[in-house]
Amino acid sequence: MMRAILTKKKLVLSNAHRFISITNLSRCISTLILAEHESGSIKPQTVSTVVAANHLGESSSVSLLLAGSGSSLQEAASQAASCHPSVSEVLVADSDRFEYPLAEPWAKLVDFVRQQRDYSHILASSSSFGKNILPRVAALLDVSPVTDVVKILGSNEFIRPIYAGNALCRVRYTGAGPCVLTIRTTSFPVTPITESKKATISQIDLSKFKEDAVSRSRYVGQSTQDTERPDLGSARVVITGGRALKSVENFKMIEKLAEKLGGAVGATRAAVDAGYVPNDLQVGQTGKIVAPELYMAFGVSGAIQHLAGIKDSKVIVAVNKDADAPIFQVADYGLVGDLFEVIPELLEKLPEKK
Amino acid sequence: MKILVAVKRVVDYAVKIRVKPDKTGVDTQNVKMSMNPFCEIALEEALRIKEAGFAKEVVAVSIGPPQCVDTLRTGLAMGADRAIHVEANSSFLPLTIAKILKSLADVENPGLIFLGKQAIDDDCNQTGQMVAALLGWPQATFASKVVLDKDKQFATVDREVDGGLETLSVGLPAVITTDLRLNQPRYATLPNIMKAKSKPIKKMTLEDLKVDIKSDIEIVEVTEPPKRKSGVIVSSVDELIDKLKNEAHVV
Repeated sequence: MMRAILTKKKLVLSNAHRFISITNLSRCISTLILAEHESGSIKPQTVSTVVAANHLGESSSVSLLLAGSGSSLQEAASQAASCHPSVSEVLVADSDRFEYPLAEPWAKLVDFVRQQRDYSHILASSSSFGKNILPRVAALLDVSPVTDVVKILGSNEFIRPIYAGNALCRVRYTGAGPCVLTIRTTSFPVTPITESKKATISQIDLSKFKEDAVSRSRYVGQSTQDTERPDLGSARVVITGGRALKSVENFKMIEKLAEKLGGAVGATRAAVDAGYVPNDLQVGQTGKIVAPELYMAFGVSGAIQHLAGIKDSKVIVAVNKDADAPIFQVADYGLVGDLFEVIPELLEKLPEKK
Repeated sequence: MKILVAVKRVVDYAVKIRVKPDKTGVDTQNVKMSMNPFCEIALEEALRIKEAGFAKEVVAVSIGPPQCVDTLRTGLAMGADRAIHVEANSSFLPLTIAKILKSLADVENPGLIFLGKQAIDDDCNQTGQMVAALLGWPQATFASKVVLDKDKQFATVDREVDGGLETLSVGLPAVITTDLRLNQPRYATLPNIMKAKSKPIKKMTLEDLKVDIKSDIEIVEVTEPPKRKSGVIVSSVDELIDKLKNEAHVV
């Protein structure tokens, strides 16, 4: 029977809808999403992950798991309940143990929740939070996770980029346990929601939750870059500078341009390593992956590792002195010129943001 | 204290890869291979900890085909004391690699295991987290700074997270995965390369380690990503703004 379904699947791969309905016959889909929240609200990446969960099958049920402590957790839970119409349940784990997202207790928690309610899929976004925790969860469950999923073809078939996005790998999960995925959120954009619906919120009983004898991890602190600009991962416009900016001072021009266009600032590894900007602005294979409507690169040569992070941008603009820079091969509009002349001219001539 | 460092042999980061015409994978025949850059950083950090007097021995481990010995020799030339090569002719999922590393850790009893945060071929970013889970050890991923406590019971680690930096303190033994900015790996000098030839590389097989090999993920096909349509070179800022406004409609 199973074999027959698998063969049949191959025949209808080109027809996504039929494919999903056939998969549904063989498996009931219930998804647990490990949610990310901050100061009382749910992060946009988590909502993208909910969107991705909907691609797993038509009749899937989606539960959001929020862990943390205190009033901001409850606030976030109430917001999570109405963040997307397909969320059917919000589970809240309120304990001092979850005050900070330490991988050890959080991975244990996901396993704890899974033991009580059976889930076919466990998801998180492939942010630094999800990447840190979900592989640990998968190992506890003795299953192989699929990380950085960019496309969902069915309940157990996915596409993920490999080799810095220079190849796409289609994989099939064949394990018996839950399928553990992290989602590249830029591939699952959130469309504005008109329908309003409130999911049920339930508190998880943690009286039987056991950690290892002593938790040997301790949160010390965090240094966040406070910025008023939009978040790099979800901005509509991203302006990036490379090593050619030459100094922290000059990088301010990039910031000004970003402000004018209502965009976020990104940087290459070279610019980060040179100390022009903090490392959380790095765009590329090992930094943030962006997919804005407009991506403008100034003084960026276009190394493979950087291109891996920008390839899905709608419009790519490159300004570089070197006409042979690889960035021009992916740019929709290229301008060969000195960025120290081009940026001020752009600042002067570009229309104000709407 | 002993430090175990896992290193992977991958297609060199500067190589432009080619997808095989039969879509079974990426062509790795006659392609330059090197140590995964994140693994180099992991090894460098272990060596620095040893040089600071906090560790006695640095052991490099690689799992894969016979050619992994070259990668291990590179590691020995950088300064690792000895190496372990777990021979395997097929490639494994990170879960299996994590299980092999766990078995090795059970035998070697290291105080720290260093890994790169991800391999630049499969881009998985999983192995370190999975080893930590299997061992029940704390983990500090994406490390950009590692400071060992004097009594050697704790490592204070700065982690590169989405909003900036996060600092954790993890009790040893622990698993640490390295980010790009942790350090600048050294080059192996010629005398050290010569010396590395006489350092021991222990061969082990999967049977020795009694690891159950799990293959719950099947690669259906590997394809090239869609090509972007070729762009245009504009001659002036005015033309650029005009295109962005009237052709692309993005400003």
